[in-house]
Amino acid sequence: MIPALLAIVRREVRLSLREGWQAATALLFFILVVMLLAFGIGPDPVLLRRVAPGALWTAALLSCLLSLDRIFAADHYDGMLDRLLASPVPAEGTALAKMLAHWLTTGLPLTVFSPAAGLLMNVPAAVMPVMVASLAIGTLLLTLVGGAMAALMAGSRRGGLTIALLTLPLYVPVLIFGAGALDKALAGKEAGHAVLFLAALLCAALPLAPLGAAAALRE
Amino acid sequence: MVILFAWGLYLALWASPPDYQQGDTVRIMYVHVPAAWMAMAIYAAMAVAAVIGFVWRHPLAELFVQAAAPIGAVFTAVCLVTGSFWGRPMWGAWWVWDARLTSVLILFFLYVGYIELSRSFDDPAKGLRAGAILVMAGAINLPIIKFSVEWWNTLHQPASILRMGGPLVDPSMLHPLLVMAAAYLCLFVTLVTMRLETALLQRRARQRRLARG
Amino acid sequence: MSLQATVSPRLPASAASGFLAVSGLACVRGERMVFTDLSFTLAAGHALIVRGPNGAGKSSLLRMLAGLLRPAAGTVGLNGTAMADDGIAWRRNLAWLGHLDALRTTETPRETLRFIARLHGRTDFQTALTALDLDSLADTPIRFLSAGQKRRVALAGLVASNVPLWLADEPTTALDADHAALFQAVLGRHLAAGGLAVLSTHETFPPSAECHELELAAA
Repeated sequence: MIPALLAIVRREVRLSLREGWQAATALLFFILVVMLLAFGIGPDPVLLRRVAPGALWTAALLSCLLSLDRIFAADHYDGMLDRLLASPVPAEGTALAKMLAHWLTTGLPLTVFSPAAGLLMNVPAAVMPVMVASLAIGTLLLTLVGGAMAALMAGSRRGGLTIALLTLPLYVPVLIFGAGALDKALAGKEAGHAVLFLAALLCAALPLAPLGAAAALRE
Repeated sequence: MVILFAWGLYLALWASPPDYQQGDTVRIMYVHVPAAWMAMAIYAAMAVAAVIGFVWRHPLAELFVQAAAPIGAVFTAVCLVTGSFWGRPMWGAWWVWDARLTSVLILFFLYVGYIELSRSFDDPAKGLRAGAILVMAGAINLPIIKFSVEWWNTLHQPASILRMGGPLVDPSMLHPLLVMAAAYLCLFVTLVTMRLETALLQRRARQRRLARG
Repeated sequence: MSLQATVSPRLPASAASGFLAVSGLACVRGERMVFTDLSFTLAAGHALIVRGPNGAGKSSLLRMLAGLLRPAAGTVGLNGTAMADDGIAWRRNLAWLGHLDALRTTETPRETLRFIARLHGRTDFQTALTALDLDSLADTPIRFLSAGQKRRVALAGLVASNVPLWLADEPTTALDADHAALFQAVLGRHLAAGGLAVLSTHETFPPSAECHELELAAA
């Protein structure tokens, strides 16, 4: 089963790189949103640093949200989803593999290049490790929760916007703990708790999200 | 139900004493608090029904979820709006980022999300099923959201806002509150029964039409 | 033609004595009864051609056999094991091809078939390419292929899965006469090796001792 799962991940990554340069698009979008927020707020470095946690996390969240409907909708429309569900790979495995591939092409590049966005927001270098760690965990969480919602929407008449409507309320805890970690680190306080909360949420979502997605995909 | 409402409103608006701190604005509470109770109770009932519908595939359970959702959403909206009316004179602001308020707002979005999702499928059965999964996911998430919002609130706002009432509620106020809650509950049961009946009739009508055509 | 050169797919040992048993199957679609009390058995080496007007439930029957649609009533079993008992074990025995090709335009036939083979835990996909006369097209991106060529890639997926039971909805759609005959030859070899197939089609299939017809009445 593991080779089959890896094959799914590999195919998804290959397709998203070929079909829309998804990794680059998500990353550019992330940087652009941060830039726009900075333009909206003004160049005051103290103020920018003050709003950096919220700005960076909102940008990450939106950039993840944009490509959620690609996870299942395309395969649903061309019939591949049926082929996957009729294969020996359990639906939970298929869902998890597709979500991981989504993270590899959105969350991961975003995390890797987040220091650049941090610099735009005047985030000091000392805080970067907390930012990268919380984004790595947090974006995976965003993908898992959003992926489950995308699975619910696969085959419905509506697309991306409805996924956003379903997903955003569930993103509140990730946003709070993610931005909270960065906030505390910027204030020079211990940020470990918030990062650990994110990790705990990830531990819960890692089995639950594929289970929910599989329940939605079957039928 | 009508009698309960009339009695409750009479007690709430005329017979109960004004609060020594809040004055007559306390009367908003008799509309607001039971609405908040109903908003949460209906979501809990929907979550239980969703589990029943999902595990045992009981057809009525999923229909109940769909029938209850808009009513729950309206109660949540009533709770938010009346809370805002109450907050204006009490807190001096229409909206305060209080943990409880924020959680209720998110609850409202969960309701709206369910309504949107359950109607966006060509096959009504698929919509009901997807909706049931969403309600369960929301039920798992609600405590996490509530907790995170409280954590966020203490992080940003040291407890400076005026908390309501305190634990001591005078019987003269509790009485109308309970009557109003009973009236709300009756209203909910009546509306849900009507909506369920309608849904079943609609389903039967669709079957007849398909059988003929 | 390359027909003579191909090797017939080797089947797992269990297929040799395989038989498909369906009893009392009922289908409800969109609150409407499509068919009830459908029973048949199909011995190894035989194919069932499902016919019937639109809406008679041909696709629904195939989806039920693939485990993609839950039967309203009735049981499905292969070699005496019921599908309901172990979904994954059931799906290990079948290959699914819907009326859609399940292809992505940016992939090549080779990549697609390698993926389908992996999904079923196989490594050999070259046999499948050759069997459907796709060797010369193996590395052409699918967006350059004609509808019939795409359908052949999709059909090659059945061969690449290397499983006893083929389920295919309108397999010969868009194929020209030569390639429809080629598919029938491939199917013939699959049956000769002890395989089974359930296919729905509107086209005429040459009568043979292995192919049986099931006529579904209009609902």
